[in-house]
Amino acid sequence: MSEIRVENLCHTYSMDTPFEKTAIENINVVIPHGQFVGLIGHTGSGKSTFIQHLNALLEPSSGKVFVDGKDINESKQSRRDVKWQVSLVFQYPEYQLFEETVYADIAFGPKNMGLSEKEVDERVREAAEFTGVSEDLLQKSPLELSGGQKRRIAIAGVMAMRPGVLILDEPTAGLDPAGCRQIMDNIKRYREISGATVIVVSHNMDDAAEFAQRILVFDHGSIKMDGTPEEVFSNPEELIKIGLSVPRPTAIAMALRERGLNIPGSIYTHEQLKAAVLELKGAGKC
Amino acid sequence: MLKDITLGQFFPGNTPVHKLDPRTKILLVLLYIIMLFQANGWAAYAVVAVFTITSMCVSKIKPKNIFKGMKPMIFIIVLTGILNIFYTQGTPVLPGWIITWEGIDRAAKMILRITLLVTGTFLLTYTTSPMALTDGLEILLNPLKKIKVPVHEMTIMMSMALRFIPTLIEETDKIMSAQKARGADFETGNIIRRAKAMLPILVPLFVSAFRRADELAVAMESRCYHGGEGRTRMKKLVMSGKDWIALTIGVLFLIAVIVLKKFGL
Amino acid sequence: MPLGALREEFDLNSVISFKNVHFTYPDDEAETLKGIDLEIEKGSFVAVLGHNGSGKSTLAKHMNAILTPTEGKVYVKGIDSSDEDRLLDIRRSVGMVFQNPDNQIVANVVEDDVAFAPENLGVPAEEIRSRVDNALKQVGMYEYRLHAPHLLSGGQKQRVAIAGVIAMEPEIIVLDEPTAMLDPQGRREVIESITKLCREQGMTVVLITHHMDECINADRLIVMSNGVVIADGKPGNVFSQVELMQSEGLDVPETTRLMYELNKEGMSLPLEVLDVDSCADAIKKALK
Repeated sequence: MSEIRVENLCHTYSMDTPFEKTAIENINVVIPHGQFVGLIGHTGSGKSTFIQHLNALLEPSSGKVFVDGKDINESKQSRRDVKWQVSLVFQYPEYQLFEETVYADIAFGPKNMGLSEKEVDERVREAAEFTGVSEDLLQKSPLELSGGQKRRIAIAGVMAMRPGVLILDEPTAGLDPAGCRQIMDNIKRYREISGATVIVVSHNMDDAAEFAQRILVFDHGSIKMDGTPEEVFSNPEELIKIGLSVPRPTAIAMALRERGLNIPGSIYTHEQLKAAVLELKGAGKC
Repeated sequence: MLKDITLGQFFPGNTPVHKLDPRTKILLVLLYIIMLFQANGWAAYAVVAVFTITSMCVSKIKPKNIFKGMKPMIFIIVLTGILNIFYTQGTPVLPGWIITWEGIDRAAKMILRITLLVTGTFLLTYTTSPMALTDGLEILLNPLKKIKVPVHEMTIMMSMALRFIPTLIEETDKIMSAQKARGADFETGNIIRRAKAMLPILVPLFVSAFRRADELAVAMESRCYHGGEGRTRMKKLVMSGKDWIALTIGVLFLIAVIVLKKFGL
Repeated sequence: MPLGALREEFDLNSVISFKNVHFTYPDDEAETLKGIDLEIEKGSFVAVLGHNGSGKSTLAKHMNAILTPTEGKVYVKGIDSSDEDRLLDIRRSVGMVFQNPDNQIVANVVEDDVAFAPENLGVPAEEIRSRVDNALKQVGMYEYRLHAPHLLSGGQKQRVAIAGVIAMEPEIIVLDEPTAMLDPQGRREVIESITKLCREQGMTVVLITHHMDECINADRLIVMSNGVVIADGKPGNVFSQVELMQSEGLDVPETTRLMYELNKEGMSLPLEVLDVDSCADAIKKALK
């Protein structure tokens, strides 16, 4: 179990210098175990700073972060230990690959955890399975692989630590649609099998709408919206005001409503929109 | 922590020092270095210090920025100081002590010399854009082209290096965070262990530096780069009256220091 | 074939032409480009869409002789790209913008970077100054001319890179996935800038991308797969081929996808409509 509780979290960069900048301010949020959370907001909204607090890579300027009721910044040891439980995949994680073989690279995290060779092997194979990495790929050098494959291996390297909370910062950035889908499928699979909490930072509203059970919208260092995709996207005007886009189906639904058509306000997926239009068509015929 | 490195940083500004021709500034720094190594007595040091502090005030560079840049060198400065204190023969401060008055005097001068040296060079890089700096250097070194020294190639390499320092520092920070998130430990263990722990940072950094170099080369070629031949400059370097005045002041200070040295001051 | 014949073959309105171009990377067995025939019309905005490994970046690199065909010919304004003596003529006519903004900016000050290409071409100082100012204004980065590029946002960096190319005064600008590393805001900035270049300055723009949204405003959309062109036409018409696009693992705009699905349910909606408003209009009309 890994419940995350954040209380009054603030972070200011370069405190007491002319470059002082408050990145996040007074954040309070509870993320229960197993939730699939989408974190959206534009660059500089504080979302990257926020996630780096969840595994103690950054220390709060004030406020506290609890994982399972334990203050993670209590001691040097607790700051280190939390990294096994809450793991972070950075943007463009393929740039962190360094070992001679894919296998060794995925094994890096589990080895650092002090696991036995047998356990490490188990973890590597399990992570390879989550991400669809084949046996012969495991023996190749990461440098030989394509961009999408590298990305999957870097993510596998983090999944191999079997974190209770997996956080990914823009995991699909720069990939083509097929690559994006594959990564999102890998992540879903990890969640289904491990039951872990997954937090995905994304610019892509359509992705967020599709996978998340809950969406947190960051703006100017605080959480502006918090709810199910239905709740968040039924308020598209607010999102547009923040300067974010809305899922494409929502945009079309808005345009249809503007034209006086009776389309429900909570549409955010393709299927919902299609069903709503077909219902109107059926009603017209009767 | 890495973000604190200010090496090669440039603080744009509009002060008389900023406006000097880069060649003037490079020559001034040369004069300055000669000055520092000629200075022997406290009076001469005072003259150099006046020169440094005046330049700092005129260029509006805050002492804080100089100190910040000096941070990585504190270790060397302190070490030189300590070595000089303990290894100089002379009159002990207290009977039987290893520390001598001469040692303290020499250590203080050494520390001052390094500090002034670093401050002077920082003033050059802080007030001169790397582009201007390398342009100036290229022109100053031009005569060497006659003896087949690849001056243009050397200076363009230098300016690319300066250009990529901030990028690579940022990248190092990112890679470190990423490996930390995978449980890499850079802080505990003996030297060998720590050196080994650097691999997960160095390998990706090298891979990425090579990729960048490759892409940069293609980008430069695409923008019609074909060596120094036939190249023009947007910002032509012109020596104005102010430059000659500044150089004269520099020479006068150097003469003052040499005269003081003659008198053993 | 005699030289004279080649010139006749060359379409006056076409600024880049590919004649049966094949390309294989050294150390690679498979061909990356498998016989491309293509004419890029002067002043047009052409988008090239394809998934990773489709050969679209390789295609782009042929447009300014970074790569030359292993078989076949590429002509830029009539100049054979494999003629090494004319390399500079080709490169000054075709500006290239690449994916990673960090790796194409050469100077520590924005305006010095933009000046790089004209300096290389030996343009006189006063003219460089006016070209640089002009280029920076065109991409809306003039106020940032004295900034350090590494402190700018991704979108701003990429606009500086575009200005660096404009200052060369090319006729054609080729952008190889310029938005892949940008956030939505940066992506919008870049696409707006290049659309303006084409529409207002009459520059020929070739945009390589895997974001179908960015192709909507193009005059022409070329879809590549496996080293060949599989579709080529007006964006609306290309996207209408929903099955083809989906079988290639490419997305189609939500508007097209929705109308395609609705048509399957017995409606008859025009698939070539790409913007949200026209789509809503069409659905409203069909429901009446």
